[in-house]
Amino acid sequence: MKTKSNLERVLEAGQFAVTSELGPPQSADSEIIRRKASILKDYVDAVNVTDGQTAVVRMASWAASLMGRWEGLDSIVQMTCRDRNRISLQMDVLGIAALGINNMLCLTGDHQKFGNHPTTKGVYDVDSIQLVKMVKDMRDEKKFQCGEEMAVEPRLFIGAAANPFADPFEIRVIRLAKKVAAGADFIQTQIIYNVDKFAEWMKMVRDRGLHERVKILAGVAPIKSIGAAKYMKTRVPGMDVPDSIIERLQGVPKEQVSKEGIKICVDIINQVRQIEGVVGIHIMAIEWEEVVPEIVESAGLLPRPRFVA
Amino acid sequence: MLISEQKPMEETLSYLEGDNSIFLIGCKGCAEGWGSGGEKQVAEMGKSLQEQGKTITGSVVVDMLCDSALTRLKLRTYKKAIAAADSILVLTDGAGVQTVAELVDKVVHPGCNTLSSGGAHAEWKEAERCLECGDCILEFTGGICPIARCSKHLLNGPCGGSQGGKCEVDPDIPCVWQQIVERLAKLGQLDKLERLVMPKNWSVSLTSGPPVKRLS
Repeated sequence: MKTKSNLERVLEAGQFAVTSELGPPQSADSEIIRRKASILKDYVDAVNVTDGQTAVVRMASWAASLMGRWEGLDSIVQMTCRDRNRISLQMDVLGIAALGINNMLCLTGDHQKFGNHPTTKGVYDVDSIQLVKMVKDMRDEKKFQCGEEMAVEPRLFIGAAANPFADPFEIRVIRLAKKVAAGADFIQTQIIYNVDKFAEWMKMVRDRGLHERVKILAGVAPIKSIGAAKYMKTRVPGMDVPDSIIERLQGVPKEQVSKEGIKICVDIINQVRQIEGVVGIHIMAIEWEEVVPEIVESAGLLPRPRFVA
Repeated sequence: MLISEQKPMEETLSYLEGDNSIFLIGCKGCAEGWGSGGEKQVAEMGKSLQEQGKTITGSVVVDMLCDSALTRLKLRTYKKAIAAADSILVLTDGAGVQTVAELVDKVVHPGCNTLSSGGAHAEWKEAERCLECGDCILEFTGGICPIARCSKHLLNGPCGGSQGGKCEVDPDIPCVWQQIVERLAKLGQLDKLERLVMPKNWSVSLTSGPPVKRLS
C-alpha cells in the first residue's frame, strides 16, 4: 500500500470499486457538503470533490474534501492546472496530504472561457501529465519539481482522467500511456454512453498492457432529461452520446424519463463491467447525488467493502 | 521584428542525430538583422555541420521566410537538394520554422530560440505562430507550435475537448494538436509524442522572464 486510501485498499483487494462525485457549493454553505456526504457515504468507496468545475467559482476542493472526510468519506481532491502554477500546486499537495486526505485526481482543467469569469488569465504552467509526475516524485522520491528534497512526503493515491471519445483517436491511448509512465495509480474515464467505442479503446489499452499497470474506473452518469442528453450530444466537447440513447429516453412517457435515465446508467455499468481491464466505475451524477445509492444498489454493487482503519 | 538567437550547438546536434544529409534555410529579414540566421550564419552553420561529418545538400536564405507565398516560390528552385536531405534545419524564429513545416513534407528542425517579437508579428497575419517563449520546442511537435496555438499551451498532447479537429474553446479555432498528430503521422513520427515532456522553463520567455536583460 502506497497510501492510507480506502480506494487503494478496495482496488488492491481485487474488489470492483465504486467512486462518485460531490460538487462543492457556489457559496460558503457547509450544510450542502454535509447533506451530499451523508447521501453518498456507505454507497461508494471514495468521492471526487470537483475543483471549480466548468471554471465556475465554487468552494475550494481541498476544503470541501476535508469536510467530506469529517463526514466519513474517502475524498479525492480534484486539482486543476488552470488556476495554479507549479509553486501553488505543490503547496496545495503538501497541505492536502497533511490534512489527512488520501487521494488526488490530476487534471488540466476546463478552460476559463466556459465559466463565470471568462476574462481571467488561465495559468497552465504545467499540464495534467506533468502534475501526475510532480506528485509522484514528491511522494516516492521526496523531491519537489525543482529537485530539492523534503522531510515528509505527501502520501497521496494519484489519479488522472482519460477521454476515449475525444479526437484525434490515435493519440488517446498514447496519452493514457504517458499518464501511466508519469505515475498515475488510477484512471477515471469520461462518461461512457458509446460502449462499443469504449470497448475498442480498452482493447488498445490491453494491447499495450496498460490495464495491468493502472487501475481503470469507467465513467458513467445518469441522464435526467431528453434535453440534457441532446445538450451533451451537441454542446459538450469530448462527449459521445449515440442516437440510440436519446431514442430510448424518447420511448418512455415523460414522467418516466429520469427513471429510464437511471436504468440506462445501470445497463451501461453492467456492460462495462464485462470488459477486461475495467476494475471499477465512477458515477458522475452532477447535482443529482441522491440517485447514486439507487444506481449502486440496482447494479448489485452493495454492500461496499469495509476495512478496519 | 522577431528577435531570435541560435540554440546551443549541442542541442541542435541532438536534433540532427541520425540525419546524415541536411538542407539549411535562413532568413534575410529579422534573423539576418539579429545575426541568428542570415547569409553569414547559414554559411557558418554549414561549415560546422560538415566538420561534424554531415553532408549539406544545399542551402537558401529567403528574403522573408515568414511570407509563405514567397518561400514556396523560392523553395521550388531547391526541390532536388531538399529531396536529397534527411531533414531541414531552419535558422530563424518560430514563425519561419513553421512556414517551412507547412510547405515541406519533411522533418524541420528549429535552430533558434525566439526571444521577442519586439511588438510586430512577422508577415503571417492570419494566426499567432510564435509566442516568443525563448525555448523552442518545434523539434518535438512536427514544426507546429502548441505554445502559441493551443488554448491551454499543452505540451503532452490534446486535452479531452478536442473534437472534429476543433478546439473546445471556439469552433472557429482548429485544434493544433490534431494538426500536430496528423503531421507527425504523415512523417511517420507519431512515436515522438510518446515522450514525457517535462514542465517548461518559462524563465526565458518574454512574458515571464526579465525582459531588460534579454533585449539588451
